[in-house]
Amino acid sequence: MTTHAHHLPNVASRLKDATGIALVSLLLGVPMIGLKTVDAGGALAIATRWPWLLAFVATMFVGRLVLQFVLDHVKLNKAKRARTRPEIGATRPWLKWIGYAVVGFALVLPIAFSGNRYVVDTATTVLIYVMLGWGLNVVVGLAGLLDLGYVAFYAVGAYTYGLLSTHFGWGFWETLPVAGAAAATFGVILGWPTLRLRGDYLAIVTLGFGEIIRLILVNWTDFSGGPNGIGSIPRPTFFGLPFSPDSDAGPTFASFFHLEYSPEHRVMFLYYLILVLALLTNLFVSRMRKLPVGLAWEAVREDEVACKALGMNVTNVKLSAFAIGAMLGGFAGVFFAARQGFISPESFVFSESATILAIVVLGGMGSQLGVVIASVLLVLLPELGRDFSEYRMLMFGAAMILIMVWRPGGLIAHREPTYRLGKQGAKA
Amino acid sequence: MSEMLLEVDRLTMRFGGLTAIDDLSVAVPKGKITSIIGPNGAGKTTFFNCLTGFYKPTEGSVRMHHPVHGPLLLNEMPSYHVARKAGVVRTFQNIRLFPNMSVLENLIVAQHNALQAASRFSLAGLFGRAGFRQAREAALEKAEMWLTRLKLIELADTAAGNLSYGTQRRIEIARALCVDPLLLCLDEPAAGLNPRESAELNELLLYLSREHGKGVLLIEHDMNVVMRVSDHICVLNFGTKIAEGTPEQVQNDPNVIKAYLGEEDADDKEAA
Amino acid sequence: MGQLIQQLINGLTLGSVYGLIALGYTMVYGIIGMINFAHGDIYMIAAIIAVTVLTLLGSLGIMAVPVALLITLVVAIIFTSVYGWSVERIAYRPLRNASRLAPLISAIGMSIFLQNMVQLTQGARVKPINALLPGGFELFTSNGFTVHLAYTQIMIIVVTAVLLAVFTWLITKTSFGRQQRACEQDRTMTALLGINVDRTISMTFVIGAALAAVAGVMVTVYYGVVDFSIGFLAGIKAFTAAVLGGIGSLPGAMLGGLIIGMIESFWSAYLSPEYKDVATFVLLILVLMFRPSGLLGRPEVEKV
Repeated sequence: MTTHAHHLPNVASRLKDATGIALVSLLLGVPMIGLKTVDAGGALAIATRWPWLLAFVATMFVGRLVLQFVLDHVKLNKAKRARTRPEIGATRPWLKWIGYAVVGFALVLPIAFSGNRYVVDTATTVLIYVMLGWGLNVVVGLAGLLDLGYVAFYAVGAYTYGLLSTHFGWGFWETLPVAGAAAATFGVILGWPTLRLRGDYLAIVTLGFGEIIRLILVNWTDFSGGPNGIGSIPRPTFFGLPFSPDSDAGPTFASFFHLEYSPEHRVMFLYYLILVLALLTNLFVSRMRKLPVGLAWEAVREDEVACKALGMNVTNVKLSAFAIGAMLGGFAGVFFAARQGFISPESFVFSESATILAIVVLGGMGSQLGVVIASVLLVLLPELGRDFSEYRMLMFGAAMILIMVWRPGGLIAHREPTYRLGKQGAKA
Repeated sequence: MSEMLLEVDRLTMRFGGLTAIDDLSVAVPKGKITSIIGPNGAGKTTFFNCLTGFYKPTEGSVRMHHPVHGPLLLNEMPSYHVARKAGVVRTFQNIRLFPNMSVLENLIVAQHNALQAASRFSLAGLFGRAGFRQAREAALEKAEMWLTRLKLIELADTAAGNLSYGTQRRIEIARALCVDPLLLCLDEPAAGLNPRESAELNELLLYLSREHGKGVLLIEHDMNVVMRVSDHICVLNFGTKIAEGTPEQVQNDPNVIKAYLGEEDADDKEAA
Repeated sequence: MGQLIQQLINGLTLGSVYGLIALGYTMVYGIIGMINFAHGDIYMIAAIIAVTVLTLLGSLGIMAVPVALLITLVVAIIFTSVYGWSVERIAYRPLRNASRLAPLISAIGMSIFLQNMVQLTQGARVKPINALLPGGFELFTSNGFTVHLAYTQIMIIVVTAVLLAVFTWLITKTSFGRQQRACEQDRTMTALLGINVDRTISMTFVIGAALAAVAGVMVTVYYGVVDFSIGFLAGIKAFTAAVLGGIGSLPGAMLGGLIIGMIESFWSAYLSPEYKDVATFVLLILVLMFRPSGLLGRPEVEKV
């Protein structure tokens, strides 16, 4: 029984294999790394980077050898693990405690870093992505539908607030439900014809829809301000108290609470606002997951045909996930517009959809905590330096492939069953 | 003659030039076990797909006599209505469970329509209203009942995909029972079962038809199951019905022997 | 009248390019039942390689049009095919038996990766090249509108026609073609018959990439400018073409490509050029709503 397991391919065949990889790498590398066209006074000229190419090929050669060596030695364990699914019977209470700890940390963060506007600002950005990630998680993680144009719903939310506030003077809180409803409506209009079809079609249609929305925003200048976008969008107020230095027009936040005016009040307020929105999102999604519809989302992800045979209207189930995901995206969009005070089509490009998708995929589809971890990672990495931000999308792309190939469950692949019998059931 | 539950009338299913089912008429009574047998490729699973709304038959009709809704034409319903409204529920030849969900959850999903209505399309559920909580309890009770009956209760909280083949087949039947079917269509439920499991299946099928009055429609290759439990057998070959009757009648039918053993072997047997 | 003929010529040219890319989508879909999201980027890589080769040839003084074009085509096909092959090996093969979502996500990941890889290695700026085939015929003038037929347009239409003839022969008459079609029908059965399914799938990606490479080279010569982002839109349009023609159907892909090309050039000329891309997307959604099996495709039967 063990002879097979200990039979490792000999060195020669491993070298041959690595040489093959090096050869392919050479072919891949020559036109992209080895040669480059550069602008030389109006016309293109060729520049060469042979040392880089050599380094690339060598890295691939050595990398392949190392990878094969590692694989040979852990193959047995891996094969064993691959066969069993994550044990859902076992609870992991510590995951819950980590969750509470993260919320606790989020609550005290602006106080701990008060005076450091940059930290609070970055944390606000992280929370926007967390909220978007949780919204998209309903669609991708729970219902298993690939939405590549999620940013379109984010744009619908942002422009709803931008337009309603600048033209009709609507406030943040009045707009919030309207924008959510608008985004959900778009979701239904888009989802209704396509959700009956195969999953790949949905992916490409949502991709196309994201582009349609962006192109309309760019070209329909009378409506959306075109490429210049919409400016001077009113900032949210603290229950009617603006965050402004002067009090001529009435009491401000600072004057009402007898505080010294500080621009940081608004930064902190925005932070807590998105924190509340994100936590509400989390609460809402967790509750929905425990309801019949939430279980149905997951069932549809697992096996659509079986769902139909059990009498489930699969299209409606998918549509509900799609609409709720869209609505949450719309909410996040309203906050985005209110925070920036300015929106333009630039903010709603495909790479933004890809980033949100990467957050969901990396975090572990369906996992709420995973989304937080992935958001922190994806927002902070580019902040570390220019190099990181240049390579950001490259790394996202590579990570999405690697995660799918090696660990399709994502960083946190743990699923808590919605219903359980526990001991009392076993006795019965 | 017992009360007819399902009447299939002159059903024909063509895929392009291929006729998978040709002018087939079958009746399935209440409280009895009807088996469809036949060599591989005889059109048995296609027949099931036509019954349960996955395929739209080219010609013919499938009529279900529902005690409440009266006669229903299954071939004109959307596939999910077949289970939801007409009470015809099927299992699959290549088991289709929700592998990453627990066994219990699999059974709860089967009760989705009742629960979803009780949760008032999530609104009452979101705020934890009493009506929804009662429906939830009832769903859990029903799941528990069938899990206990099918000896699955110990596995309730395990991921369905982790369990053995035979167990998964049982879970699929338990899940179908949670839809409260009037007619249970089982596609090769004995495939991959060991002799003990197979005997338990026989007992279960008899129990369901006799005690619960369910109609059972069975596609099966395992003759130990078919001959022991069937009240009525219908033999298909190349999409047409070549024989039907009680197990004894079918076993002695020369057409059936020919279809199973091939032309020459049958001749040999006759000669001998 | 003149305008109409002119747009027909332009549409035919554009449509040939979309059709060639669409063939790659439809072949891959036919054999593994999934959309190769990275296919548009493969086309973009071919165009970038074409720019490099043409620049290189220019600096070596090889300017004779047929020679330069032929060399560029051959080189682009070779290198792009390696990309097509690698994409399948890295992002699709390991996931052949995974859940249906996993290969879609890894395909998107691959698309993002390739696009950013080219942006990083070749730069984000638009790459202009000298016109290789300037000029053309003036066909006729009516009501003051002169109808032009550029040499590059003739080249694209002729190359596409020749390529289609070769491709049709490959699929219908060769043993590879038979294996490819067998895999489309039933992969397990084909494997049981002793045919190397993995190799057939690899070859399908390679051929798809080669067709995209030809499209990439021709677009480079036609427009004279290329950048790292051209794969995205061209990919969606070619995909729309494949769906419109009936995904899985090879003549359908070409037909769909031509229709999309026509719609785009007529829309730009008569309606609004800003919304020509929107027109394609709306068409895609409409086709999926009302005729998901496309013009020449067969309706999909759900396997239960």
